[in-house]
Amino acid sequence: MNFFARLYYPLRKAWKAVGLYLVIAGPGIVVMVADNDAGGITTYAATGAKYGYHLIWFLLILIPVAYYVQEMTVRLGAVTKRGHAEAIFDGFGAFWGWFSLLDLMIVDWLTLVTEFVGMTAALAIFGVPPWITVVAVIVLMGVIVLNGRYWTFEKLSLLFCALNLVYIPGAFLVHPSVRDVLHQGLIPNFAGGFNGQLFFFLMANIGTTIAPWMLFFQQSAVVDKGMLEKDIPWGRFDTLLGSVITVVVAVFIVIVTGTVLPGIDIDSAAQAAQELMKTDRYVGTFLAIGLFDAGLLGAICISLASSWAFGEIFGWAHSLNTKIRQAPWFYATYFLMLITSGLVVLIPQAPLVLITLFVQVIAVTLLPAALVFLILLLNDRTAMGERCNTASQNLIGGFIVVSIIILSTLYGISVLFPNLFK
Amino acid sequence: MSRLRNLFGKFAAINSRYREPRIAMSGAVRFSLLVLRVYLLALVALMIYKFVLIVTQG
Repeated sequence: MNFFARLYYPLRKAWKAVGLYLVIAGPGIVVMVADNDAGGITTYAATGAKYGYHLIWFLLILIPVAYYVQEMTVRLGAVTKRGHAEAIFDGFGAFWGWFSLLDLMIVDWLTLVTEFVGMTAALAIFGVPPWITVVAVIVLMGVIVLNGRYWTFEKLSLLFCALNLVYIPGAFLVHPSVRDVLHQGLIPNFAGGFNGQLFFFLMANIGTTIAPWMLFFQQSAVVDKGMLEKDIPWGRFDTLLGSVITVVVAVFIVIVTGTVLPGIDIDSAAQAAQELMKTDRYVGTFLAIGLFDAGLLGAICISLASSWAFGEIFGWAHSLNTKIRQAPWFYATYFLMLITSGLVVLIPQAPLVLITLFVQVIAVTLLPAALVFLILLLNDRTAMGERCNTASQNLIGGFIVVSIIILSTLYGISVLFPNLFK
Repeated sequence: MSRLRNLFGKFAAINSRYREPRIAMSGAVRFSLLVLRVYLLALVALMIYKFVLIVTQG
């Protein structure tokens, strides 16, 4: 009895902490899991099929990379109460502001196309025609945001995040060899040699884990949610948890395709799902459901990232806590992005799978510029005060930027001189 | 026509509001940022070239 009495208070304290976290939880997990979008699932499925378990170690490295980058947006949003687009315009002036906004708009729109590619391909497996998927998704996404409450959007998004975990039981169903996963996956190696294709896959994997839209989305979400400086530790935990979940899910997808489809050239996650259905109907179905869910979550977040950015700069009302009549331009941008990108996938014979992989690579190529601005903003002592970046945070940020530039350059060289890395 | 004028007016207002960057940057930093941007855009152009190459050559 005495034991239980002593356990009561620590348990109550822990329960209160969990309750508090559930109030604060959201932007970090949502942005991270949303980054496992349709393009992401395709990239992981293709990586597993191409390289087996050999690149799992690289995915694990992306946990701290994603955390360090996104954590900066939490601090910036909570301290300045400004979205990322506004912070860039204010900090660096109109020229760099427009440049960044244009970058964001192009990459967001292209990424949205890849979300629709994934969603239509996933439901096509169950016999749903693409046009029905496009219309249904736009209606569903309208319902999610038009209720006029940030809270409802966030909690619904967390539900979609939970669905993203469907890949974990899927991996257990294919019975991978744990020994092989640990032996081949955890020791850094470059299977197949150092060539253009490897650079492409490494870049695509970075591009699926950190992307320019994520900086804009998380900072704006932190502001819209009303997070304060005192909430930063919870925001950090939320971001860390999100980055762990997103990479764990990625690893399980690699395990699924690495176990069942090794050495097969996979062009898309939908193709992987169809191939998997031949082996195990349930695993294939899991992959298809997960692909649709990933596309939906990604599409919501990416459209919102653009709408928030435009709202901040043009001075329109730009909060999910507003109704459509109060913020018509905010919602108009949201739907314009969705409808135009949704229409692209209905174009017959469009090279949709190739577009999906290239969009990831283009997004990661443009990332260093966005990261440099982010790091500079975090070093602005006037605005950030004691929440400024420390020397070690700058070092890590700088290392990430330089690594991405080197990788992009190597890929660029391999495009120009295809025989150089053979 | 007046809507178009309003739109241009909006752009002009944004440009004037953010004319002076709050964060002071030396000429060298500004130049480095510009070089980085141009370099990254050149890489993107290269990737688009590769994309077109794959699509046209099957």
